[in-house]
Parts: sequence; C-alpha cells; structure tokens
Amino acid sequence: MARRAILVDVTRCVGCGACCEGCQQSNGHPPHEARGFDEQTFTYLVDRGNDVYVRRLCMHCEHPACASVCPVKALEKTPEGPVIYHAEKCMGCRYCMMACPFGVPSYEWRSSSPRVRKCEMCRHRGEKGPMCAEVCPAGATATGEREALIAEARARIEADPATYHPAIYGLAEAGGTCTLYIGPRDPVELGLPRVETNVPLPELTWRALRHVPDVAMFGGVLLGGLYWLTRRKEDVARVEGARKGRGDA
Amino acid sequence: MREANDHTVRLGFWTVVSGFLLLALGIIAVIRFTRGIGAVTNLSDQFPWGLWIGFDVLCGVGLAAGGFAITATVHILHLDDFKPIVRPTVLTAYLGYLLVILGLVFDLGKPWNIWHPIIMWNPHSVMFEVGWCVMLYTTVLTFEFSPVVLERFRLHKLLGMVKTLTPVAVVLGVILSTLHQSSLGSLFLILPHKMHPLWYSPLLPVLFFVSALAAGLGMTVVESFFSRRVFGRAIETQVLDRLSRASVVVLSVYLLLRLRDLHVRDALRTLWPLTGEAWMFIAEVGLGVALPLVLLASERFRRSPGRLAWAHGAVVLGFVFHRLNVAVTSIEAATGQRYVPAIAEFGVSLGLVALGMWAFVLACRFFPIFPEKAKEAEPARDAVPAPIGGTPVAGAESGP
Repeated sequence: MARRAILVDVTRCVGCGACCEGCQQSNGHPPHEARGFDEQTFTYLVDRGNDVYVRRLCMHCEHPACASVCPVKALEKTPEGPVIYHAEKCMGCRYCMMACPFGVPSYEWRSSSPRVRKCEMCRHRGEKGPMCAEVCPAGATATGEREALIAEARARIEADPATYHPAIYGLAEAGGTCTLYIGPRDPVELGLPRVETNVPLPELTWRALRHVPDVAMFGGVLLGGLYWLTRRKEDVARVEGARKGRGDA
Repeated sequence: MREANDHTVRLGFWTVVSGFLLLALGIIAVIRFTRGIGAVTNLSDQFPWGLWIGFDVLCGVGLAAGGFAITATVHILHLDDFKPIVRPTVLTAYLGYLLVILGLVFDLGKPWNIWHPIIMWNPHSVMFEVGWCVMLYTTVLTFEFSPVVLERFRLHKLLGMVKTLTPVAVVLGVILSTLHQSSLGSLFLILPHKMHPLWYSPLLPVLFFVSALAAGLGMTVVESFFSRRVFGRAIETQVLDRLSRASVVVLSVYLLLRLRDLHVRDALRTLWPLTGEAWMFIAEVGLGVALPLVLLASERFRRSPGRLAWAHGAVVLGFVFHRLNVAVTSIEAATGQRYVPAIAEFGVSLGLVALGMWAFVLACRFFPIFPEKAKEAEPARDAVPAPIGGTPVAGAESGP
C-alpha cells in the first residue's frame, strides 16, 4: 500500500463505540469508557447531539509538527502514512505535545519511565490496518490509500450534497493529514480543532532555523574581524607607548 | 561600606531558608524519580510545559546571557574597563547553565536519554539545535571559567594554553549564545494556534535574543551589588554606569521591536478590555522594560548603586515575566486551559536558585573571582587580575 489513510464519515457513525473498544483491545489497554485522549485512550467519540458523533484520533499529518520538533526523531512520519513513536529514543521533552495542533499526544505522567502515547494506526497489525476500521459496523471508518479515500470522500459528497458539508477536513489542514473527515456540518462546528493555517507547521520553525548556518558563518567572520580590528588599535597604541619605556612589548 | 568577611558564612536568615530549600529539593527529587512527573507537578496532556521549562530553563539560560556579552566586550572588542566583571559574570553564566541542565534532569521524562541528540539527529527541530548549543556552550563556559581554577592551583603552563585559545572560545561562545538564546524563542514559533497574540510573533527569536541581553546585563549589575553586600567588594561605579547605559540602548531596541511588532500584527487592541493577560503584559513591558529604561536613562538616577540595582532588578523581573508569560500566560489564554504550578514545582525552582546562590558564594570564597582580593594583597594598580586569559599572576598566588 502506498500511503495509508483513514476516512471518518461522521454521517454514517451511529455512536456504538466499537472503534474505541477495538482500539483498546488492539493496543492492549483494559476496556474502559473513552472520554478523551489519555495514555490508554487513543480514540474516543464526541457526542454532538442529534445522533451526531465525531470520533477523534491522531490525524497522522503529512508534515507532522510532532515529528519535526522532536530533537531525537522519536516520532517518525513513515512513508506508509502513520506517524509512529520510538520510545527508546525519546528523552521526554514533550515538545511534540506542545506542537501538535490537534492536541493528540498523551503522556504517562505517573510513570518513572514515561512514554508519549498516541494512535499509530495499529502498526503492529501490519497490512491488516487499523482495528477501528475493521470493527466499525456502520462503515463510518474506512481505511485505504490516501488518494483513493479522498476520491471516495468526494464521490460521497457529490452523490448526496444535501447530507454532506462540502469540506473534507484533513485535505489541507496543517498541510494535509492522513486522517480525513467528512460530515454533515462544517468541521469546526463539529468540534474538530480549528487549524488556522494550511501551511505545514514545520515550515514556521524552519523559517527561523534555516538561518543557523548563516548566523554561525557571518557571526564568526564579524567577531573575528572585530577582534582583529580592535586588537590592531591596541598594538598601535602599544608601539606608540613604547617610546617612553619598553615594558609592555 | 561593610568589610569583607571572607571565611565565614553568616548563619542568618538566608542560610536557614536556603538550607531548607535544598532539603526540599532532595525530597521532591526522590518522589519525582520514583513516582513520575505527575506525582509532583500540575502538568497535564493539555499543559505539558510548566514552571520548570518557563523558569528553570528559559529564564536560566537568559539570565546567564551576561556571560557572552561581557566576554565579547572584553576579549573581542578589547574594552578593558570591563575586565573586573568578567569573572563574576562568567561564573554566573556557568552556574546558570549547570542549573539549567539540572532543571532539565527534573523536567525531562527520561533524563538518562539527555545525550541522545548527540547521535540521533533531527536538524529540523529547534529543540535539537538548542540542545547542541547548550551542550557546546556549557563546554565553552567550562573553558572560560577554567583560568580561575588553574590559577588557584598554580597550573601556569595550562593557563598559558587556555589564554592563547581564549579569543577562539569567546567567538564560539558568542555564536552559540546568539543561536540558542534566539532559538528558545523559535521553540514557540510552531504554536500559533496555542498562544495569545500579545506574545506569539514571528519575531520571537529576535525578541528572545535582545531581552536576554538586557537580562544578562541586568543580572551582572544586580549580582555585583549583592556581591558587594556579601563580600564587601565593590565593582567600580564607572563600570556599572557604562553597563547601565548599554542597558538603556538594549532596552530601547527591545521596546521598539516589541511595540512595532504588536502594532504591525494589530495585537495591541487585545489590551482592551483589561483582561488578566493585558495586566500581565502591562506589568511585563511597563514595569520590566519601560520604567527601568526611563530611570536608567537619567544620569542623576544612575549615581546611586542601590537605585541601579533596583532598576536592573526590575529588568530581570520583567524578563522573568516575559518568559513565564510566553510559556504559561499566553498558552492559558489561547487554549482556555488553567495551569497553576504545584508547590513541589515551586520547590524545585526555588531550590535550584538556592543551589546556585550557594555555589556562587562558595566559588567566590575558594577562587579568585573578584579583583579586590588581589588589591588587598598587592596594592599596585596593575595587579588587578586580568580575568580570563589575562596576566596569570593574581594577587594571592603571586607571592613566593
């Protein structure tokens, strides 16, 4: 598979919670009510009333802020789509949690050797793909190649414009994501995080960071030059002073 | 003026308080490393960075900025008037960075992996760059501080080598400092969605750098004032006066940049109505930048060392306000999440400050940090020890 993605169709979701159960089972978490992201909850449903349920999970960004800010590459955007975590590399700075515009990563605050926790699209299941898509009885979660899912989403919207809001959430948000949403209303109205920018977030820090080599080089030359210049002045003063006595040579 | 009481540590109020803080630091450390960060802090998934990052790291690094500024002034620009303050300033910077690293040991989830950036590279991460710079600059500071130790133990040969290499170290130190002082601001560039417009700005790296300069100079003055009270050794008023004038320039540049940036982004209108954030901003920029700027610009005001210390204290406080506003207030405001540090978080931050003060006092007692020491032993004017890489013969050691 080229690049795996997940399509959440909010109009089809019946709120049964099978995805949450499946997720907990797949990731070895004890069964529990999923109310928000935490170290044992990688997905949960938000009840928006009127039988509208919005599932939240990692967006698996195309240009993930979390992976770009990680100093040790503990978070990695794989070519296959999912953003995965390498606990053995992580030093626990939690910059990923600060940077994520979707508020996804959780931390094991009570552990003496804590890890960042989040959905990894069930990477341990390999080609079988994420459990949530497999167990969904209503077809509200589908998985497949990103481009194919986008085409599918467009087709559904086109076929039933009365039911669907035209926006595909995740197409451009923060530079595009591998978790995509279509639904009956505007995504922000549905409670999905408002991401102001369609510029990939890593670009924001890179704009500053790319000047580092220049600062180092020009800074070095400038400072070295100043050193040389002011020192020369000193040398001249010293030579002139040597007329009186030659103590300072 | 009080006489120096070199060989006694006064068992007064502050000794007891700091001893208590160090004890608390130890106890909190045990709990934190056995039960996890969550057991001692109010940090959460919504608020993963708190007081330890905002104060211990952001402020620790910034307040140590005097180190690179003063070494550059003396060793690169050759303004020798400032030589007497090089050593105390380098000591402050060195202790500052060591405490930042110790603070990180508390804050990092897995501090035993703190060395990972050495072999696991991600040049796109600001944190990676900061990590490397802090690592390298701490090494540079060790080098810059080493003459003091070498002098104390009379290792003159090594001292000569260090002296030769000092300009290179200072240039490196300035470059590294410029990079990571500003990068601490760049850390927040990726959070436009999580920060209040009064503090989020594409100019954050520049603002962080300039304000660190002001704070570094401020710390140098404040610390020289307290050193005089504790050790009875004064730094010449003339040097303090020139430092203060430098501060006026730096603060002006900062204020101009800050206000212009807020104006360009049309963020000043968020000051009205006067919300909590607006008050924090006013306290930070008004009391911590504008007020000391005006006071320090007045020549009459600058004549009293006590008033100088107060004004620079305000600069330092304003700086601390800025960093905490960036790391906490602005994020609280934009995300609606509340975060009040736990008692233990304050305990660690204050404990680290106490540790730094103890280390400073002890270092001053055992090493030739202040020039007056030399003066006492050898009244000749040229015996004022050239701080780093200067004449290796400093008063006490020059005897037999």
